Amino acid sequence: MPDVHALVNDFLIKLKRRKIEGSKATAKVTAEVLRSFISQQRLPNTNQAGALIDAVKAVGEQLIAANPVELAVGNVVRRVLHIIREEDLSLTAAAIGGLSLSAGSDDEDDVGHDEHPALSAAAVAAAARSTLRPPSLQTLLEDVPHTAAVPHTSSSGGDSEGKSKSADKNSSTKRLKHNVIEAVNELIQDIVTCHEQIAEQAVEHIHQNEVILTLGSSRTVVEFLCAAKEKKRSFRVFVAEGAPRYQGHTLAKELVTRGLQTTVITDSAVFAMISRVNMVIVGAHAVMANGGVIAPVGLNMVALAAQRHAVPFVVLAGIHKLCPLYPHNPEVLLNELRSPSELLDFGEFSDCLDFGSGSGSPILHVVNPAFDYVPPNLVSLFITDTGGHNPSYMYRLIADYYSANDLVLQRRSAS
Amino acid sequence: MVAKKSGRNRGGGGGGTAAATEVSVEELARVPLQAILLADSFATKFRPITLERPKVLLPLVNVPMIDYTLAWLESAGVEEVFVFCCAHAKQVAEHLENSQWFAQPNFSVTAIESNNAVGAGDALRLIYEQNVIRGDFVLVSGDTVSNMSLAEALGEHKERRRKDSNAIMTMVITQSKTSPTTRQSRLGTDELFMAIDPDTKQLLYYEDKSDKGTVSLDKTLLSDHPSIYLHNDKQDCYIDICSPEVLSTFADNFDYQHLRRHFLKGLLDDDIMGYKIFTHEIQSNYAARIDNFRSYDTVSKDIIQRWTYPLVPDVQFVGNSSAKLDRQGMYRASVVGQSRSAQVGPFTVIGSGTTIGSQSQISNSVVGEGCKIGANVSIEGCYIWHNVTIEDGCQLKHAIVCDGVVIKSGVILEPGVVLSYKVVVGQQFIVPAYSKVSLYQQPIKQDSDEELEYADSSSGFMDASSLSGLPDKLKEESTIQLSESQLQAASEVGSGGVGFIWSTSEGSHEEEWRHSVAPIPAAKLLEIMHTSNNELEVVQQDGNLPPSGELERDSVTANSNDYDDDDVDVKDDYEVFENEVEATFKRALEENIKEDDVILEVNSLRLSYNLATADCSGALFYSMMKSALSAPHPSPSDLVKNAATVITKWKKLLKYYLPSIDEEVGLLISSSDPDEIEVILKFEEMCLESAKEYSTVFVQILHLLYDKDIIQEEAILNWASEKEGADETDKLFVKQAEKFIQWLNEASEEED
Repeated sequence: MPDVHALVNDFLIKLKRRKIEGSKATAKVTAEVLRSFISQQRLPNTNQAGALIDAVKAVGEQLIAANPVELAVGNVVRRVLHIIREEDLSLTAAAIGGLSLSAGSDDEDDVGHDEHPALSAAAVAAAARSTLRPPSLQTLLEDVPHTAAVPHTSSSGGDSEGKSKSADKNSSTKRLKHNVIEAVNELIQDIVTCHEQIAEQAVEHIHQNEVILTLGSSRTVVEFLCAAKEKKRSFRVFVAEGAPRYQGHTLAKELVTRGLQTTVITDSAVFAMISRVNMVIVGAHAVMANGGVIAPVGLNMVALAAQRHAVPFVVLAGIHKLCPLYPHNPEVLLNELRSPSELLDFGEFSDCLDFGSGSGSPILHVVNPAFDYVPPNLVSLFITDTGGHNPSYMYRLIADYYSANDLVLQRRSAS
Repeated sequence: MVAKKSGRNRGGGGGGTAAATEVSVEELARVPLQAILLADSFATKFRPITLERPKVLLPLVNVPMIDYTLAWLESAGVEEVFVFCCAHAKQVAEHLENSQWFAQPNFSVTAIESNNAVGAGDALRLIYEQNVIRGDFVLVSGDTVSNMSLAEALGEHKERRRKDSNAIMTMVITQSKTSPTTRQSRLGTDELFMAIDPDTKQLLYYEDKSDKGTVSLDKTLLSDHPSIYLHNDKQDCYIDICSPEVLSTFADNFDYQHLRRHFLKGLLDDDIMGYKIFTHEIQSNYAARIDNFRSYDTVSKDIIQRWTYPLVPDVQFVGNSSAKLDRQGMYRASVVGQSRSAQVGPFTVIGSGTTIGSQSQISNSVVGEGCKIGANVSIEGCYIWHNVTIEDGCQLKHAIVCDGVVIKSGVILEPGVVLSYKVVVGQQFIVPAYSKVSLYQQPIKQDSDEELEYADSSSGFMDASSLSGLPDKLKEESTIQLSESQLQAASEVGSGGVGFIWSTSEGSHEEEWRHSVAPIPAAKLLEIMHTSNNELEVVQQDGNLPPSGELERDSVTANSNDYDDDDVDVKDDYEVFENEVEATFKRALEENIKEDDVILEVNSLRLSYNLATADCSGALFYSMMKSALSAPHPSPSDLVKNAATVITKWKKLLKYYLPSIDEEVGLLISSSDPDEIEVILKFEEMCLESAKEYSTVFVQILHLLYDKDIIQEEAILNWASEKEGADETDKLFVKQAEKFIQWLNEASEEED
């Protein structure tokens, strides 16, 4: 137990001090911390899922508050909560199913259930799910495999049910935890491999002799471009350098070492070059529920340029970047103002910042926002690890991944 | 464990400083990086506030200063910090215990308490005795705000150490121009001159004394180094990367106290063990030390402007209180009760739990936690700490208001006011500009020389300030004492007010505006401009007859690059020094003090006024001639006799100062020994101005000096040749000495 606390505290401090950068790294670490937290969590005998959810929520609130700008933390916390709910649901469904199956041998007080012996486990699960949220498109489409999966677990549950109740309680505790941890592991795996899954789709989007424009640097974009290159597509890349951090320079270096024809341009030259560009491919900091994108500063300008010249504006985003919140939500901290020293050398400009005379207020101000907000109407396509989506479809995708109950996680902490 | 490790490796993927530091830390893993943090500035600049709370615990944008320093050290990869506490040691230790610093993984903080240290030197000696420093360490004071990465500076330091074990210290400097009118940096510190070898970055000269516009460099520096940059646009960040030798040097030189004034100067001037000091300049990163109220103001504004990122109010680098950044640099905590009609202007920080009444206006200010601000209050450029009550209709401008202060309705605080803890200002009272108000009375006796944050033994109430750890009984006594004094104090700050207004001591009164939180008023700036212009004119008028000692300096400084000011009055300092030497000499005559003792005294005077040995010989000679003059002399010949006796008697004294340089530069320029010329020039000046009696016997005295071996013939010849190009009026004495010079010339030819 103290080990986990130390782990959580350590992560909290890192978040607070901005020592972890990049949404992917943050998401992965968050998931790992939550996994170890869950695995060490002692659960009561009744209402295990509720207890677990409360505990995770409490930790999650702290994590989110530690760095409210990094939305990936909140996303992963909500995903984990959703996973717990799902697993709990499938377990209860299985238990009910098991009970109804073994109703003949078991003559105790669960008459209420016995009244509907014909109810299949899948139907119960589906019904229970439908009370929580509207059925996801995926469930509707993939109805058959889903129903097949649920009885499978239920049958094993039914076996143990018949033997002894106390043993079952114990095992179901373990099973919930076990299942949740399994699912979180899958989530971590998804986060780790999201680049590859996105990159797999590259050939479908990048065509021969096209010109691609990107801004700044994003790991996902690098993998995406390189995947297309590996599939023997030949194309050219324009890299806008991405002031003030100039990550475009490192991107250009990397692309060149992989043998891609690369042109570096300044951010301000984007409008001039956009007419020669076939497609804009960029990474994102977060994708909001309305399909808007929080992205490195300068991208709104690129998006406007792309719209003006009818160039497709494609955003690559791993699932951990999907944020179930809306950008107009006051709880969402959209931006972070970084140090002015990225723009100006403090030493050089220190004589402009003398407060000793005049009114005492600084005459020189420097604003260095980290992010831009790109409204959904400027985005042509999102490519996530599950495929390409329209901005207007984002809310549906989000409904698949998150429970509506968890969306307001943060507001509760504030009040 | 897995998560932690991966988090470490992934830290700062975007090329942030964190990643770089961590790599370097891993490289240096054999010896954990240590730091010594001096939680006492050993100064009185922040009085009266520091009577009750140590300086490092004073809130800077609502976070205690020491937390900035610790957070920076932690993020820069320092693993072990020794916090040296002296004044209010209990409070510092308590703060460290209550904050998270003791519970951090990979970052250990140890408090070292001492009650009798009077300076940084004592602190370092104590730490040296404890034998805890094992390798290179970072030496900072607890009032440093920085976000620089230590990795680069450390790397440079280690590299240099490997090549040359005498490179014991690397000093961090940054660029900062001083204001041309007030001659002080934006942090309120005096103009700093540094000579640095541009190739090796070795520090050769360091001068931070005020009131001096000239710099004198040792000639050997120029012969030893191919080029030297003389900077007046750099600022000392007071962040030093030291090798263990620094501690032992302090231990060896038990009289060293001040890091710069004693240690640095000592190493540079006296060449101890051949130790060298180097500099590391930071460009974009931030580093500053809070040394006075002006720098408190400046650094606060830098923090609000985010130059210290990530040490800014909306990042929770310490504790849990965080503010949200709104447009235009407004930082607001989550729980703030603000009236709808209240206006909170740009670059303002409001702490949590603070309420602001209707129609109030706040701009460019920092307001702490739990403050109550009434209606129609206007606050501009103020630093209001925690739990302050400000009633309706007050006007505050550029003031510091400490915890628990109550400002009754209608009070006006003029710029530069400091209200210490729990002061109450009565209704409608106007607190005059630059005044400091405290519950404690101003100590009557003040150590004028040594600036100590910690108690003067003469001011008894100091003990009350460190009460927190003492038994209640004592506390009660002090409160009784207080309530008595409160009655007395009531009248000073309006009806119903509690507190004493500290009178500024005469010397510093003039300087009060320099180091206050308030910006320098425009009228004052104009005034300074005028006076400095006048001084400039005076200097220019004097130009044809340069004050003694100037010649040599100018010739050296002409070689330096960034040197651009001659206009500050140097003579002042020198004249004071001259008077002091004269007084010393007189005393020596009267009390028959030994020559060695006089030398010692003159030496110490020289050090305290920071003058060259050349100045001593001039001043000594001057005082000798004066004393000869004061003795009765009916005729000029008697005067010469008088002078002869004085000179013969004190020959040794003069000689001590004259040949000293002769040996060093003997090979190069023995013939033009500047010191001896100095004496002649001085004498010439005397004859012209103060002691006209001598003008008739100039040659005789010159001859006398020559006879007594005080002045070499080369010096006289040199002097003569130097004067050849001068005006007719200037040649007066050369002409007088014509024969003598001729004789000397012939004599030397014969020798050849």
